Amino acid sequence: MSNKSKEILLDPLIDNNPIGLQVLGICSALAVTTNLGTALVMSLALTAVTACSNLSISLIRNHVPSAIRIIVQMTIIASLVIVVDQVLKAYVYDLSKQLSVFVGLIITNCIVMGRAEAFAMKNPPGPSFIDGIGNGLGYSLVLIFVGTFRELFGSGKLFGVEMLSIVNDGGWYVPNGLMLLPPSAFFIIGLMIWGIRAMRPAQVEEPDFKIKEVNGTEIA
Amino acid sequence: MKTKKTKKTRKQASSLNFLALSNDSTAKTFIMATLVCLVCAVFVSVAAVSLKPLQVLNKELDKKKNILQVAGLYQEGDDIEAAFSKIEIKLIDLETGEYTSEYDANSYDDRKAAKDPAFNVQIAKKDDLANIRMRPKVMPVYQVKEGDTVKQLILPVNGYGLWSTLYGFLAVENDGQTIVGLSFYEHAETPGLGGEVDNPKWKSIWSGKKVYAADGRVAIDVVKGAVVPGSSGNEFKVDGLAGATLTSRGVGNMLKYWMGKEGYQKYLNKVQANGV
Repeated sequence: MSNKSKEILLDPLIDNNPIGLQVLGICSALAVTTNLGTALVMSLALTAVTACSNLSISLIRNHVPSAIRIIVQMTIIASLVIVVDQVLKAYVYDLSKQLSVFVGLIITNCIVMGRAEAFAMKNPPGPSFIDGIGNGLGYSLVLIFVGTFRELFGSGKLFGVEMLSIVNDGGWYVPNGLMLLPPSAFFIIGLMIWGIRAMRPAQVEEPDFKIKEVNGTEIA
Repeated sequence: MKTKKTKKTRKQASSLNFLALSNDSTAKTFIMATLVCLVCAVFVSVAAVSLKPLQVLNKELDKKKNILQVAGLYQEGDDIEAAFSKIEIKLIDLETGEYTSEYDANSYDDRKAAKDPAFNVQIAKKDDLANIRMRPKVMPVYQVKEGDTVKQLILPVNGYGLWSTLYGFLAVENDGQTIVGLSFYEHAETPGLGGEVDNPKWKSIWSGKKVYAADGRVAIDVVKGAVVPGSSGNEFKVDGLAGATLTSRGVGNMLKYWMGKEGYQKYLNKVQANGV
């Protein structure tokens, strides 16, 4: 693999992570990370959709009238998502039941749209496909990271296998109920972004507003 | 030969013309929109049609698995169809509590019937404990047989919890009174709180509880907190789920409705009097 495509593939993992840096696709990251199984299937589904939509949009990019380009992208993405949903329903029925509407909501996931518009419309099919996989993997990385914390501390399990024995079943671990509720994903993602930006200060954004400096006596 | 060739070049030329059109011309906009729609439509239809049989099968298997699980007849990895051969489906008219052969029991879908005005009845507001607004006139009963005798009756129940309608099955012994188990196959309650209705430990509490008090009213209920051991009426009480008051109340109300006069009571009274 050439250096360029390696960069396209690996860059979105940490340096340009769609959730970490661009803070896109948060809603599904909150919803499907209560356990690792669903997080993993959701990651695979999104990676497949992003890669295939990038590929097909890139193939026709020179012939898409700019007036209807968003609709064309949406149509392609929506079709791919429906097919993914149908495949999940046919082959992993139990998981698709847990994912319920969230697979359908990949259509509105900003990452897919964002990559189609920002990358696939301007680059040839090969790199676009790799870019889709890269961004899908970046999303997956965060989902799996969050899912691990939430499932382990929220229900004492990983992939449904007991890791910490829970008080209710006669063990010692009192599960943290907050971990099972959506706000905990916010906290984990927030802490994670803090961690990444502490390691890579280049990602820190300039503040939009400066807090006005006042000395103690002026604060009324 | 010659004509063929010109035809081909003309065709090539026309397709080239289309590709050469300015991207923003009206003609190209329409052609592209149509083409994209066509290709996507064919792609989606092919996938949907070719995967349909597998999906229908999955849904049926899932329902059967749940019925077997509530009866305690299923372990992970068992052959569902083989285990299900012990179960006979009968339809009962809730109005009279009698068996009915109006519809084909194997293909009757009570959830579809609940939504169809030809098959359902509106529930009066004051009677609507389960908060479901309508119910089918006819409900299936899954009879678990051992040889020729019916051992258990599995009754579909549904009702509103906190976020969603819970769909499940209640299994009772052939005395129409003692509960074997309760299990839900579809709900969207909060995982970890209301979602604990799926917790095997909580489900196991149901086994052995009684439905009806001596005077015939529905006594089974989910209480708040844990049931005090040794207190009177324990056989009618089930521990509530911690942190899920509304889901627990929903489960209690759902059973009150479905085991009551509007639900299976007439049928179960007949079972208690005459056997299955």
